[in-house]
Amino acid sequence: MPRMGFASEALARPLARLLEGSTPQGRRLIKAGLAIFLAIVIMSLAAPVIAPYSPVKTVAPPLQPPSLKHPLGTDVLGRDVLSRIIWGGRIVLWVVALSVALSAAIGIPLGLVSGYTGGRLDKALSMIMDAVYAFPSLILAIALAAVLGPRPENAAVAIAVVYVPTYFRMVRGQVLRVKAEPFIESARALGLPPWRILREHVLPHVLPTIMVVFSLSAADAVLTEAALSFLGLAVTPPTPDWGFDLYAAKMRALSYPWLIIGPGLMITLLALSLALIGEGLGEKMAVG
Amino acid sequence: MAETVLRVEDVTVYYYTLRGVVHAVEDAWLEAGAGEMVALVGESGSGKTTLGFAMLNLVPPPGRVVKGSIWIGRIDLLSLRGEKLRQARGSLVSMVFQDPFTTLDPVRRIGDQLEEVLTEHGVTREEARSRVREVLESVGLPRDAAERYPHQLSGGQRQRVAIAAAIALEPQVLVADEPTTALDVVVQKQIMDLIDEIRRREGMAVVLVTHDIALAAERADKLAIMYAGEIVEQGPTRRVLENPLHPYTRALLASVPDIDSDRWPTPIPGQPPDLHRPPPGCRFHPRCPQAMPVCRERRPPLHVTSGGRTARCWLLEER
Repeated sequence: MPRMGFASEALARPLARLLEGSTPQGRRLIKAGLAIFLAIVIMSLAAPVIAPYSPVKTVAPPLQPPSLKHPLGTDVLGRDVLSRIIWGGRIVLWVVALSVALSAAIGIPLGLVSGYTGGRLDKALSMIMDAVYAFPSLILAIALAAVLGPRPENAAVAIAVVYVPTYFRMVRGQVLRVKAEPFIESARALGLPPWRILREHVLPHVLPTIMVVFSLSAADAVLTEAALSFLGLAVTPPTPDWGFDLYAAKMRALSYPWLIIGPGLMITLLALSLALIGEGLGEKMAVG
Repeated sequence: MAETVLRVEDVTVYYYTLRGVVHAVEDAWLEAGAGEMVALVGESGSGKTTLGFAMLNLVPPPGRVVKGSIWIGRIDLLSLRGEKLRQARGSLVSMVFQDPFTTLDPVRRIGDQLEEVLTEHGVTREEARSRVREVLESVGLPRDAAERYPHQLSGGQRQRVAIAAAIALEPQVLVADEPTTALDVVVQKQIMDLIDEIRRREGMAVVLVTHDIALAAERADKLAIMYAGEIVEQGPTRRVLENPLHPYTRALLASVPDIDSDRWPTPIPGQPPDLHRPPPGCRFHPRCPQAMPVCRERRPPLHVTSGGRTARCWLLEER
């Protein structure tokens, strides 16, 4: 491998860990997913530098077809579609990151404690989580987002609530499996306190599964965010956002297809990349 | 006789299952002195492992110790709760399990696993580190074992690690639940030698839970024979072997092959009872060649003879 300086080495290590133990096919999935995902992240971070125009200003006559000056044409307000797409990833990534972090932060500890302690607490928590899980997730997210108001952070909270049970159930199930391992019994016989057993001897064995849920639920969250935004529940105009732009383009989709292809493709690619990573990690689980 | 460090008094353990109550251990009495090895011998399901777990107050749910005391020194382990109980485990009484391949956390280094046992019992990090080296050496492991992961060690070495973890805090009682069953014969001998050496050196009472009466006969100072949840007979090994008091003990000894004689091993007819519904009276009476009418009706009392032996059998009462 050619040496490409410090940054690439810092990246190589976690990548190697991620690929470790996976099947060749799993590795291909992870690599492909990561490539797309990182490209979108870099594009979004570098938006101020690489976007040719402002995403919110009228820079040309409306509804221009693609041209050299505007490779993806202009929208109904004469804004550059390419620039809006480059900027539009920021909201999705922010909402998805926030929602995944939130639901993981709530779902994982609850799942750990619930599964490990068992008893009444476990029964009560499981019932609550099952109740939330039983709701169609999109409808629940829409209802919550509608109540909270159209802000990216609110959309993140709405999505987070929907995915907490996913983390909870997955983690709890894994904890039940690990809890039955003799080394847990042994740790108890040696007088280790419950919180330590949970943190040092249960969590590390649950972590690989969490990684899979992490990326798969992030893929789902991308679609949910797009749906919320499509319904005007995540951002307010003129903020550039793929889901919202998709909605704006909907009515003119047949006559001005360049409006709809960009945002639609980006949402698909982002969700796909995360799903690929999740599937690849899942392959690894099946092997290990 | 050595000072008594473990005293099991009238311990009864039930499992509350959906099918009903399992009478896993009934009115068990047992004593072990410092440096002594007591073997709990019995077939599968005789309650020996359950009694072993009770000695750490670690009977898994839905099991519960319904009565009795387990005295270690002047502390009744069954009366301890929460933090005190946790502190007692490891430092007062500890356990070594059957399968060394699964009792160590595969993703943590040996040294870390030993160290945390010490630090969670109030030992400082530096002291713990040097104690880990010391204790690894004392169980005959190479110096660098602390840096290894369990999968890098052999079965025998792993069992040595498990023993090191169990004795790191110098408990007074060590419960060893079939510690050599998962190992091959040569390693078995090494591990038993190690346990013998440790108990003599540290003055630790060892409760050896095993189904292998030959192993128990060879190693233990005392035998406690369990059948269907009861300790039917116990006493000094030599005397129990030479003059068994209980018909089950006699049958058990007759079922062991002996290469020095022409005698064929004699199996015990019948099956051990379902402990959901143990037979009335003596639990062994359906299989006992010497059963009498009284055996079917009333449970035999604990018969104490001279020389520190006990047994539960009506034959002894009739005399």
